[in-house]
Amino acid sequence: MIELSPSDWVAIRLTLKLGLYTTGILLAIGTPLAWWLASGRSPLRTAVQSIVALPLVLPPTVLGFYLLLLLGPRGWIGGSLEAIGLTHLAFTFTGILIASVIYSMPFAVQPLFQAFTALGRRHVEVAASLGAGPIDRFFTVILPLTRGGFIIAATLSFAHTLGEFGAILMIGGSIPGRTKVLSVLIYDHAEAMNYTAAHQLSLLLLAFAFLVLFIVYAVNRRFDTVRP
Amino acid sequence: MNLEITARLQHGAFTLDVNNTFPLQGVTALFGRSGCGKTTLLRIIAGLEHPRGARVCYGDQTWQGGGDFVPLAKRRIGLVFQEHSLLPHRNVRGNLEYGYKRTPPNLRRLHLPEVCELLGISPLLDRRIDQLSGGERQRVALGRALLCSPQLLLLDEPLAALDTQTKREIMPFLVRLSREAHVPILLVTHVPDEVERLADRVAFMHDGRVQRIEELHDALTRPDSPLFDEEGPVSVLEGTLSAPDAEGLCRFESGNVALHVLDPGGTRDSRLQRLRIRGRDVILALKDPEAISVVNRLPVTVEAVHSGASGESLVISRLSNGQALLALITTSSLRRLGLTEGSPCIALIKSLALHQPGRGEEGR
Repeated sequence: MIELSPSDWVAIRLTLKLGLYTTGILLAIGTPLAWWLASGRSPLRTAVQSIVALPLVLPPTVLGFYLLLLLGPRGWIGGSLEAIGLTHLAFTFTGILIASVIYSMPFAVQPLFQAFTALGRRHVEVAASLGAGPIDRFFTVILPLTRGGFIIAATLSFAHTLGEFGAILMIGGSIPGRTKVLSVLIYDHAEAMNYTAAHQLSLLLLAFAFLVLFIVYAVNRRFDTVRP
Repeated sequence: MNLEITARLQHGAFTLDVNNTFPLQGVTALFGRSGCGKTTLLRIIAGLEHPRGARVCYGDQTWQGGGDFVPLAKRRIGLVFQEHSLLPHRNVRGNLEYGYKRTPPNLRRLHLPEVCELLGISPLLDRRIDQLSGGERQRVALGRALLCSPQLLLLDEPLAALDTQTKREIMPFLVRLSREAHVPILLVTHVPDEVERLADRVAFMHDGRVQRIEELHDALTRPDSPLFDEEGPVSVLEGTLSAPDAEGLCRFESGNVALHVLDPGGTRDSRLQRLRIRGRDVILALKDPEAISVVNRLPVTVEAVHSGASGESLVISRLSNGQALLALITTSSLRRLGLTEGSPCIALIKSLALHQPGRGEEGR
């Protein structure tokens, strides 16, 4: 029933790659950031929390536009890269990866922040008194007790990256195999009046999105009831 | 072993300002009302708060000061909180072994079997944490802290979250631990009863400062002792308790002084016990009234008399074994009997008034 063309497969592979990379980077950045937000005492926390949440309210095009300015050949970052003999990042996979990471940041940080806030500091302090250093504490206390938060953060980051459109189009354009992800391809198909192809991919994304949300809520419920 | 602390910490309107040396043999109670800074001080000792410029030295180890900071994980401190500190994703054994496994083998002095025996937690080893009662949880938390073979044990109101019954159940374990584990203990509490049963020494805290640090016996012979604020004056006698006789009375012997008390039940321990005697339960008589139901009639010598404004007088007297016995009587009776320094008299104490365990814990 569903027949995918080779270019569809290219886009699917690219989209999954983007999703996996984004999720990995977000967990690596988001975990210390959320921990700092949940337990730090810096007066900067509110400002940082607001910046992280910005993509929730900004149109993705605004984010993409500024990234284009920043990462493009004349931009502060893109220009510097050119100056040292590298290429700028507009219309590249790295460019859309940076956009995805920023764009999906709140979806990783928020669940982790909530999980760390709910965990509190008691167990971590006890583990420290029992001789566990910071990394030991993370793997033997924090991670097992906030598993639910990590699962939610990972699935939401991944799923949200798949749903990204505006920011990618602005910074990445529509280059097959490099920046043309599923959402962009669907747009292209629809523009070309190729509704059957657009429909197949849309249905695929719809089913996937439902599955992800279902997992998130199931995990939420399970951890709500298991944890006293 | 001495613990030296110099620290100043501002939390809104509250200021902690401490510059003290705590001798830490045995059990030292950190006593004061809620909000006086006891827990904050404990957290500074543990390194969980590290105010700028503070200095914390334990023996010859500098834990904080002069740019050095030893994190809690390296201080080898056992920490027990009020409640809910067991790791919920590990069972009892997993919790007990968490610290043990992280203690270098050459520093391990205490091992699982003896700690389980000491705290009576052997039957619980394979239980999940949510299958434990509040008292069992605290015993496991104590055991877990001990299994790190800590050089200092910090107990932050370990009984505060427990009901009266459970406190009674745990108190004997704490007493045993304090005598047998050979670890200096700093016990944060606002309950005089816990100080009187457990402490060798007490540091009085008020409004962010440590006002004085004194031996328990000195703190208990001072009429204005903060320990007397709630329940009035209390004496603590140390002695041994024998098995109950046919009528259910146990003999409490302290030097050449013997009292009779009702069988406290529970596990009997022939070693040193403490007997709390409330000043208001002591009657003074000039002659021994033999035809009376009171069993305990002890000769004492009045050492000091303090008459308060409320019509009550505190009579501090010495038993023949040298321990102090405090009696709270009306100033009117004091005059009628003509008691002054050096007067011999007889102290009468009902056995029922001495009923252990945990008189005075009711209603808390």
